Amino acid sequence: MSKKILLDKINIEGIKSFDVYRANGGYASVEKALKMAPNDVIEEVKKSGLRGRGGAGFPTGMKWSFLDKKSGRPKYLVCNADESEPGTFKDRYLMEFIPHLLIEGMIVSSFALEANLSFIYVRGEFRWIIKILEQAIAEAKRAGFLGKNILGTGYDLELVVQTGAGAYICGEETALLESLEGKRGLPRIKPPFPAVVGLYGMPTVVNNVESIAVVPWIVLNSGEEYAKVGTAKSAGTKLISACGNINKPGVYEIELGLPVEEFIFSEEYCGGIANGKRMKAVVAGGSSVPILPTELILKTAAGENRLMSYESLSDGGFATGTMLGSGGFIVYDEDQCIVRNTWNFARFYHHESCGQCSPCREGTGWMERILHSIENGHGKMSDIDLLWDVQRKIEGNTICPLGDAAAWPVASAIRHFREEFEWHVMEPKECMNRNYGLREKSIMSIA
Amino acid sequence: MIKVTIDNIEIEVAEGTTIMNAARQVGGKIVPPAMCYYTSLKGSGGKCRACLVKVAQGSAKDPRPMPKLVASCCTNAQDGMVVQNITSPDVVEARRGIVEMLLVNHPLDCPICDQAGECELQNFAFDHGLEKTRSDFHRREFDPIDIGPHIKLHMTRCILCYRCTMVADQLTEERVHGILWRGEKSEISTYIQKAVENDFSGNMIDVCPVGALTDRHFRFRNRVWYLNPMDAHRDCKKCSGKVVLWLRGEEVYRVTGRKDEVGEVKEFICNECRWDHFDVKDWKVEGPREMEKWSVITANKYSDEAVELPDELYSKLNNEKWNEFEGVT
Ligand SMILES: Cc1cc2nc3c(=O)[nH]c(=O)nc-3n(C[C@H](O)[C@H](O)[C@H](O)COP(=O)(O)O)c2cc1C
Ligand code: SF4
Ligand code: SF4
Ligand code: SF4
Ligand code: FES
Repeated sequence: MSKKILLDKINIEGIKSFDVYRANGGYASVEKALKMAPNDVIEEVKKSGLRGRGGAGFPTGMKWSFLDKKSGRPKYLVCNADESEPGTFKDRYLMEFIPHLLIEGMIVSSFALEANLSFIYVRGEFRWIIKILEQAIAEAKRAGFLGKNILGTGYDLELVVQTGAGAYICGEETALLESLEGKRGLPRIKPPFPAVVGLYGMPTVVNNVESIAVVPWIVLNSGEEYAKVGTAKSAGTKLISACGNINKPGVYEIELGLPVEEFIFSEEYCGGIANGKRMKAVVAGGSSVPILPTELILKTAAGENRLMSYESLSDGGFATGTMLGSGGFIVYDEDQCIVRNTWNFARFYHHESCGQCSPCREGTGWMERILHSIENGHGKMSDIDLLWDVQRKIEGNTICPLGDAAAWPVASAIRHFREEFEWHVMEPKECMNRNYGLREKSIMSIA
Repeated sequence: MIKVTIDNIEIEVAEGTTIMNAARQVGGKIVPPAMCYYTSLKGSGGKCRACLVKVAQGSAKDPRPMPKLVASCCTNAQDGMVVQNITSPDVVEARRGIVEMLLVNHPLDCPICDQAGECELQNFAFDHGLEKTRSDFHRREFDPIDIGPHIKLHMTRCILCYRCTMVADQLTEERVHGILWRGEKSEISTYIQKAVENDFSGNMIDVCPVGALTDRHFRFRNRVWYLNPMDAHRDCKKCSGKVVLWLRGEEVYRVTGRKDEVGEVKEFICNECRWDHFDVKDWKVEGPREMEKWSVITANKYSDEAVELPDELYSKLNNEKWNEFEGVT
């Protein structure tokens, strides 16, 4: 068994409740941190090498040190629990089964950032999780870990759970802040960054659930200890939500640096491809990252073993690599249609674009329509090049990274699976008749 | 003061100036096109991406190029920055893409669109676009609706620049219209058919870069290139009273704010000036307004005398179908 930092207590009976959590060493980091100087806590996180788990992998300690503490304005910590990236379902798992870990992390992190009011912005569809978190907060408050004068140290903290209305774009940190302020969830133009002008114009740090949940461990065990886990550039462990055509879908905590092959095929993790099929492709970090064919996900272009780490997955750039992203690991077997999958992703981004900037608003819809016609046997050869050109016109030209996120899956699908697109164009009848299980079913249920 | 180089022209501008405004100080070809930025509207810009430029050198201190193209309307110039506008093939290519994106859902309405001739999208597409369309998918459709007694909304033509919402926020007492839904489905709408009726609402028409918001009193009454623009003013308690009268003969067809060389109204006018004084006698006429001859249709058109509309064009209007289009209340 590899090292567990986040999920080591997940199997303890009743760990959801404050009493059990506390009895198993919970909230010890609050007791320790509140005796430290806030900036020393930030130092520890810096030393740990922790990188943000929300997708971009930005070093958390560095982000914290950018927070404008000098101006004396109120500071906010906002936890990004909007998890809506297709294929990603790790934050939800943490919050549902060990909610106090997040609350503990929020207290310690808020203390480090000298915030007295912090928010957890939860995706609107996670109704039950909102209840769980609110209960956990009430319990922590009753025990004196939240509210005024925490543990008699004079530190005050209120935690507020806020729900979104189910828009993927509200996971983008500035759109999240707009939404939290009660406005339309439209990403802001950066700079200024939230560390300077954030929630209500005040300095703000936005962090992913998982990023915050590891802070208690770092405080208790020191940053150096954390940095020893994983690889030099990817410290620690990471939650991976694995799904698709594998034997054991689920949320796994891996030590960064684990070979991808081991993750997919070992019994400890995914347990290999389901139904004895062969693997065709993998989306390694949520729908936004480039899809890779089997040979490139198992080995880099240079022939080295591909590892589950920031640097190894991105080895080769987008030509032959991908990204660790948010850890949404989707495996496709030989029966899956890449064109259909790409269309499905494009449909998602089309639906979720906020519509502020023209390349994303119009381009995502255009890509979806082209993909829809190719998938349904109406495509032309020139459509493939057109699709390539459209995604290129979106990428890098938008306000927020959603535009890039819409472009990358399309680009990588064409890059690595062009024959499949061509096959759809050349054999329109066959691709209409191909059995995805879906079309027949819907026809039968109507009849 | 800081020094910036845009398309090989070096200029000195005040610190905190955006690349766009630095370029505008020079004028001419080096000015990036703007479809959403509007100097006097706070928070405008950043949305259309028409103004993307390449920063080949970040600043004197940090000469690294910026990794992506940046929106010149909301990126500050730095000392020693080197910017490429039309001298960068990447920018030309990206802009071609922006034109295409803006047109993917745009109707081919120019022949029946009041904005034609003074349309920023027409000009933008003419200057920076392809000569063909690569999308043959169905475009989004909306019925034109009246938002209040003065303004007609053709949502099909809207490019979602957000300017009109900013006018409503920043100039009028209360904003009763806004953007509903999201993404490609976004639409400008009033809140449950509420009427936009406000002393300064007419400025939304002036800031709208396209023919999405048109003047219900002017709709289909004339082509802008047949009209003579005249600077005029009157004493007004609500606004500066400085307007442009659009005349044909002695008849005032419409009254608008004065657009400067980059197409922006600096002094917004009130609805009274715009819609209650269609008699030349109400105005002190200053003289013909200088017009830039850069528009697709205005090129060579704004001569001293107005061009008379050929009779045969009028006769075509003499049918019932056309009367239905009449938008005047
Ligand atoms: C379209 C879009 C959606 C995003 N969704 C999420 C999300 O659901 N959860 C999340 O933690 N980060 C999301 N992010 C990333 C956030 O903007 C931000 O980088 C992150 O919350 C920072 O936290 P971290 O530094 O702890 O990773 C999203 C980004 C984009 C562009
Ligand atoms: S890239 Fe898309 S989601 Fe992001 S601001 Fe632009 S339109 Fe909105
Ligand atoms: S808004 Fe401009 S481009 Fe669109 S139909 Fe009217 S004149 Fe033509
Ligand atoms: S109606 Fe005109 S001003 Fe308003 S958002 Fe649309 S294009 Fe812009
Ligand atoms: S003018 Fe700069 S993005 Fe529209």
